[in-house]
Formats: sequence, C-alpha cells, structure tokens
Amino acid sequence: MLVTAAHAATEQAAEHAAEGNFPPFDSSTFASQLLWLAITFGLFYLFMSRVVLPRIGSILETRRDRIAQDLNEASRLKEEADQAFAAYEQELADAKSKAHEIAQAARDAAKSDADDERAKVEADVAGKLEKAEAEIAAVKKKALAEVGAIAADTTAAIVSQLIGGTVTKAKLNAAVKAAAEGRD
Amino acid sequence: MANDPIHQFQISKIIPIEVGGLDFSFTNSSLFMVATVAAASGFLFLTTSNRGMVPSRMQSISEMCYEFVASMLRDGAGSAGMRFFPMVFSLFMFVLVANLLGMFPYFFTVTSHIIVTFALAILVIGTVVVYGFMKHGLGFLNLFVPSGVPGMLLPLVVLIEVISFLSRPISLSVRLFANMLAGHITLKVFAGFVTSLGALGALGIGGAILPLVMTVALTGLEFLVAFLQAYVFAVLTCMYLNDALHPGH
Repeated sequence: MLVTAAHAATEQAAEHAAEGNFPPFDSSTFASQLLWLAITFGLFYLFMSRVVLPRIGSILETRRDRIAQDLNEASRLKEEADQAFAAYEQELADAKSKAHEIAQAARDAAKSDADDERAKVEADVAGKLEKAEAEIAAVKKKALAEVGAIAADTTAAIVSQLIGGTVTKAKLNAAVKAAAEGRD
Repeated sequence: MANDPIHQFQISKIIPIEVGGLDFSFTNSSLFMVATVAAASGFLFLTTSNRGMVPSRMQSISEMCYEFVASMLRDGAGSAGMRFFPMVFSLFMFVLVANLLGMFPYFFTVTSHIIVTFALAILVIGTVVVYGFMKHGLGFLNLFVPSGVPGMLLPLVVLIEVISFLSRPISLSVRLFANMLAGHITLKVFAGFVTSLGALGALGIGGAILPLVMTVALTGLEFLVAFLQAYVFAVLTCMYLNDALHPGH
C-alpha cells in the first residue's frame, strides 16, 4: 500500500517535471523571483550592516569593556583592601605596644608613688615613734627624779606622824636613797 | 490536487506587474521573501533595542546568532574575513529564517526554488571573484595553481581546479534547493498517505499510524535540515571567501 502510494506520488511529480511546469524549473517565474530577492535581500543586507550588526557589536563590545573594567576595578579594590588590612594590622600592633608601654609606665609611676608614700609615712611614723619614746623617756626620767622627793616627803610625813618631830632633809634623802637602792 | 506533493512549490501571482514583457509580479514567493526579511529584521532589531548589559533571553538569541556567524567566519576566513561579516550574516539569517518559515503548514518555502539559491550562490562566488581580483590582481589566479605540483601534471591539476571552482555555485545552490525540495516533498507524500489510508476505513486508520509517525519524525528531521543547510551554506561561503582573501592555498 505504502509503496504503491509512494510510487504514484513520485510518478505524479515526474509527470509535472516532464510537462515542464515543475514549479522550481519554470523559467517564467525567474524574473520576478530574482527581482524580489534582490529587493528583499538587498534591504535585509543594508538593514543588517547599517543597524543591527553595529548595534549587537556595540552591545558585545560594551559588555566586554565593562567586564574588563569591573575586573580591573575589583583587583584595584582588593589591593586597596589588602593595603588597608596591612595598615590596620600595623596600627593595631603599634597601638598594642603603645598601650603596653603606657600601662608599664603607669604601673611604674604608681609603684614609685606608693613607695615614696610608704617611705614618707614610715619616716613620719618613725619620727613620731622616736619623739614619743623620747617624751616617754623624759617623762619617765622626770617621774623617776621626782620619785625621791615624793618618797622623802612621804617619809617625812610618816616619820612626823609616827614619831613626831622632824627629820632633816639631808637625812631623809639619804635614807630614801638607801631604801631604793636596797630594794633594787 | 490536495494530495499533489508539488503543488506547494507553485508560484501564484498576488499583484501582477509586467515591465517590458518581463513578469515581475509580486507573488507568494515574493510575499515570503518579505516575510523572511521582516521576521529576521524584526526579531534582531526588537530584541536588541534595550541594549541590555545583561541580555534578556531574546536578546541573547540575537547575540548568539551574531557570535555564531562571527566565529564561523573568523575560523573559516581569518580575521581579514570579518569585512564580509554583514554579507555572511545576512545570508545565514535569510536562508535560516526562510527555511524555518517554510516549515509552517501552507507556507511557501523561498529556498525550494533553484533560482533563489542559485542567485545567492552567484552572489557569494561573484563576491569571491570580484574581491579576489581587486585585492590580488592577477595573483588571484594562483588559486588554480597549487604549489608543489610537478610540471607534467600541472595542466591537468589546473583544469581540475578550474572545473571545481566553476562547479561551486552549482553545488552550493543545488545542495540547499534539493534539500528543501526533497524534504518538503517527502513530508507531503507521507502526510498524504495518512489521509488516503484513513479514507479506507477502520483497517486503513490502523495502517495510517505508521506514516503519521513518519511524518512527525520527518518534521523533526526537516527542522534539523533547515538549520543545517543554512549553516552549511554559511560555512561554505566562509571557505570560498577565504580563497578570495588568501588565494595562495
């Protein structure tokens, strides 16, 4: 069935060709086709070469330039960022060492101040202590010195009370003295 | 007549024009030439009108066409060949769009007429010859004298080279024309089977499945051929232009 139908179709085509009206070989249409092809293809060529191709070309060119420019810009910015980072690190290191120095200086200053203060306070305290000791010594000495007189007075009072009459001052003193020494 | 596979190539006058005894009528062929040019120009023009830095889908199709033809020409004829870029691009787009438009049912296929493909081939060969002589003078004739051929054989080789050069416009035009013609006839024949078998009743309808499948498959093939033949036409154009630019083999 298929084969016969195909055969019929080919025969039909062949008949057309034989009759001379097979359309692609019909030379009476050539002039018209050539003219319209020349007109349409000519206009198409002009439109392509004047408008479309320069436009697409410039789009692609612009994009290529833009990409190259952006890449340059990106690498420039990266370099800048790297520099900024290096500068930052440098500054950070500087700041750290400076802070360390300041802290050290502050610590030293505080320490020496404290030392001075302590020395001053200690000296003050020592002075006061010395003065107090000296006063104590003076008081003690004075007290000790007065002990004899008080004892003599007391003795004189006791003697006069016990035995009546008076004893000379010299005798009293000698007796008190002897008693104090004997007690030691 | 509906089943006649040749009917689709019939040229019919739409606006009869006659000048000096020659028939320059505006025909269905002319109409589809106009449609081809309008479709191709319209697409390329409208899709690129935004000049998008980031192309839209349609714009990137136009850009792909541009870069496809540009790289084809650069590979085939070197960077000096880029002066012919508008011509090669126009030829490629014209043939491609004409072939693809021909795939629509009831549409006329401009490239299925030998005179059209022959005219395009003559344009290519004419460009090659004119530019070759303009650029190289008589040196262009070196094209026919390959270097390193022994003296005895030279006349024979030159004769073969001349014949092969002269057959170029014929092979270039017949290849495109015959492919489009044969493809459309085959498609029509198989599609015709479907209707004629279907008319035979239940058994016929069952039998019509096979040609229907064939028609679908052939339609796919014809789309491939439509693109392929446009590509082949453009690639050969590039190769021939290369001869005009560098005739010394």
